[in-house]
Amino acid sequence: MSDLVSQDINMIFKSPKGEIVHALKDVTFRLKKGELLTVLGPSGCGKTTLLNIAAGFLRPTSGLITLGNKEIDGPGVERGMVFQQGALFEWLTVAENVNFGLRMKKEDPVKTTKKVDEWLDIVGLQGFGNTPTYQLSGGMQQRVALARCLINDPDLILMDEPLGALDALTREKMQSLILKIWKETGKTIILITHSVEEALLLGERVYVMAPRPGRIHKEYKLPFANMGLNEDLREIKNNKEFVDKREEILSMIWDMEEEIMGKEN
Amino acid sequence: MITGIVTFLVIFAVIGSILYGQRLVKTEKSDAVFGNPERAKGGLHWVVVGSSFLLLSWLYYSWDIAKAFYPKSANELCQVAKVNESLLSLKYLFPIEERQHKSTALIKRENINIQKKIILIQNSPDLKDKDKKLFIDLLNKTKKTIPLLTDEKFLENKTKNKIGELTNRITWLTEDFQKINYPPIKSIEEENKRIEALKKQLGWGATGMEVPPLPESKKGLKFHAAAQELNEISDEFFSMRNHNVAYVTLIKEIRNEIKEYQNELNDDQELEMTLIKEIKKLGQRIEYESVFPPNALNEMEKSIREFDVAQKKEQGNLIYVDAFLFPAGTIVASGPTCAEDGPGRWLPKPSDTFRIFGDLLKPSVGFKMIPMIWYEMMGVNRIVGFILPDWIADIMPGKYPVHSSDGTVKPNFKSKVLDIVTGEFNAFKIPVPTGHIWDSFLRVFLGLVLGIIFGVPLGIFMGLNRFAKGFFDPLVELYRPVPPLAWAPLVITVFGIDNLGKVFLLFMVSFSIMIISARAGASGTQLSKIHAAHSLGASRWQILREVIFPNSLPEILTGVRVAVGMCWGTLVAAEFLAGTSGIGFVENVARKYMQYEVIWITIFVMGMLGLLFDVTIRKIIDKTIPWRGKG
Ligand SMILES: Nc1ncnc2c1ncn2[C@@H]1O[C@H](COP(=O)(O)OP(=O)(O)O)[C@@H](O)[C@H]1O
Ligand SMILES: [Mg+2]
Repeated sequence: MSDLVSQDINMIFKSPKGEIVHALKDVTFRLKKGELLTVLGPSGCGKTTLLNIAAGFLRPTSGLITLGNKEIDGPGVERGMVFQQGALFEWLTVAENVNFGLRMKKEDPVKTTKKVDEWLDIVGLQGFGNTPTYQLSGGMQQRVALARCLINDPDLILMDEPLGALDALTREKMQSLILKIWKETGKTIILITHSVEEALLLGERVYVMAPRPGRIHKEYKLPFANMGLNEDLREIKNNKEFVDKREEILSMIWDMEEEIMGKEN
Repeated sequence: MITGIVTFLVIFAVIGSILYGQRLVKTEKSDAVFGNPERAKGGLHWVVVGSSFLLLSWLYYSWDIAKAFYPKSANELCQVAKVNESLLSLKYLFPIEERQHKSTALIKRENINIQKKIILIQNSPDLKDKDKKLFIDLLNKTKKTIPLLTDEKFLENKTKNKIGELTNRITWLTEDFQKINYPPIKSIEEENKRIEALKKQLGWGATGMEVPPLPESKKGLKFHAAAQELNEISDEFFSMRNHNVAYVTLIKEIRNEIKEYQNELNDDQELEMTLIKEIKKLGQRIEYESVFPPNALNEMEKSIREFDVAQKKEQGNLIYVDAFLFPAGTIVASGPTCAEDGPGRWLPKPSDTFRIFGDLLKPSVGFKMIPMIWYEMMGVNRIVGFILPDWIADIMPGKYPVHSSDGTVKPNFKSKVLDIVTGEFNAFKIPVPTGHIWDSFLRVFLGLVLGIIFGVPLGIFMGLNRFAKGFFDPLVELYRPVPPLAWAPLVITVFGIDNLGKVFLLFMVSFSIMIISARAGASGTQLSKIHAAHSLGASRWQILREVIFPNSLPEILTGVRVAVGMCWGTLVAAEFLAGTSGIGFVENVARKYMQYEVIWITIFVMGMLGLLFDVTIRKIIDKTIPWRGKG
């Protein structure tokens, strides 16, 4: 019963200059436990805002958002965050970063050491425990961020363009990893991306958002994420259905972009 | 002796290293196109060249080479300087080092002065015509006294004879001076006295006096004796007045007229009073100046020129020593004493400097009874008494004991606590560092630590909280822009000239720096890190301690590094102002007594300590925040 339910959420920002930005308008959705939702949309359409509201960093101007029937009114351990740049604590080692959440809960260090090792294994960082994080590559840093978030056993994982800064090859590996973790842990995941391909590959459900005001423009239910659990991701990308969907969404986003340009000029 | 050896070693080192370096450069010519990283490293031999060169210039410009190879030269140059000093006033009479005869210059000047005064009086609107006429008349008469002095036919025989006598004495001196046995021994007794005094005379350099004044060598004695004779001649010459009957009559007449006029003046005639005084003074100046007829001193001039030539010849190789080994200066005489002039004055000789440095480092010598850095045994009781505040005893239950009628005092719990907090108990002793360097170091350290303890939390608070920033910013900005030393007089008055005042001053310096750097560090924490910590379940306090503080550490430590430099600079200046110990105090005292060796040593020690602080902190920074710049 720990579904994420959002009812008529509106988010209105007032910039210091006094301009009013309607970042989210009447966003309503329900995400069942264990679902993987990817959110796609041109930049500035309110993706991050939506995620921040789900994480509890922002309170919506109006509307209600609940997780497992409990209103979200602040950050909490049951909702884990993974950021684009990892946001790792560079003064800590890999293991200390992963351990951070458990240490904050003052758990027994002996137990946590074992748990940390397990999670480092899962994300493929065995043996890197004592490495300082600033020595890691971008992909490895995101692995640490994933492990750090997952070790807290959150009900909902929120990822804001987690693979945005990675090169294509690393990106593909990380996509498989995310799918693997999703399958093995059965977590509810919201993943934001600006890559259509990524949204299609990973999303069991895909929301395409439109800007000004930010809203959910279209929703898709897709089989590719489940296929990706067993198949090679590259093969799926060549799948006829996949290509069609990709073209459809791409042209939709192109239209949106054109509309924005038109409005501006 | 040592300096001599060092000089040669240094010269060999410079030449050898340059040759070696040249050879290396030649063999490396081949890869010049692509550049050779090895060569860019510099190499030990170039370091040798650089430091040897530095030492060599120091040896040379501080005259230490002269001292090593010609130890008697300073003493001899002193005697030469005495001759030059005695000769100076006589030489000035003639166009030897000047353009004109002194008489010519004087007459020209006095004529101009009188003329100016005449014009001034003529144009004065406040003077009565009668006074004007009288004044101008007086001035014209004064003017007429000049030809009475410069006309050969008025020159009295007495004066002529005196000039002749002095000229002869100079000529004889010139002749005698060049003889081997000059000066003649006056008496055995006096000679013994001279030798006795010589034995007591200390050497050239910082041990004794700057330059030993009594002549030590045969050559020196010669110049010394000549200088004495010349002094007598010169004194006699300048006490002689070229007056004659005609002149004296006229000047008396002028003086009487002035006196008469002055007697009739009223007190309120200030202008007239001033003018008549000035007119009188003009006459007097001519009266006491050495004005002679144009050719009267020709013979004397010749004799002085001859002596000058002779004394230059007698100096022999001393002239070359002076020119080459006393660069940019020489030794000058002033009466019986001699002093170094030029770099020798403020650039101490390496040999003296190293010896004095060694002395200063000796714990038994030190400076002003305090060693530079050493240790002393201190009872633990004193340390405890210093650290624990006395009021601890006051807040203990009970009352302090009162003496009983049999004249004894029975200690109770409260009085025993008092004994402990005031350090009045027996305890073993431990060594603690002392000395000027330690004092300075401790002040910087305490000021810095206090600044960190108070500044960092406040800075972080200000970086996170808008109210704190708004509230404390004006307070900090009110005192921070003021140069710290400007606060010193106030701080010293309030907290005393001793450690407390200085530590507080340094606290003020480091406090503001630490606030600013901690604030920058805290407010620069990326929001995503705080968000991440938040959703990992960290409380506000945990975020502060585990995220914001370590994240600000690079900025804080950079702040510490800046603060150390600032504190060090401020401290030395503060010690200059007041105090009884510390490296700045040493320099200030040395300045008062013109101990240039000590001044240079303190400069060197301060540089080294400053460098040491900076290197240490840099090491600490590299150790504690290896992620700096890589986040
Ligand atoms: N704190 C804020 N204050 C004012 N405007 C904001 C704020 N945060 C986001 N916005 C505006 O809201 C809109 C959506 O932003 P965001 O959610 O970051 O978009 P996306 O993540 O899709 O690129 C943008 O127009 C942005 O300028
Ligand atoms: Mg975004």
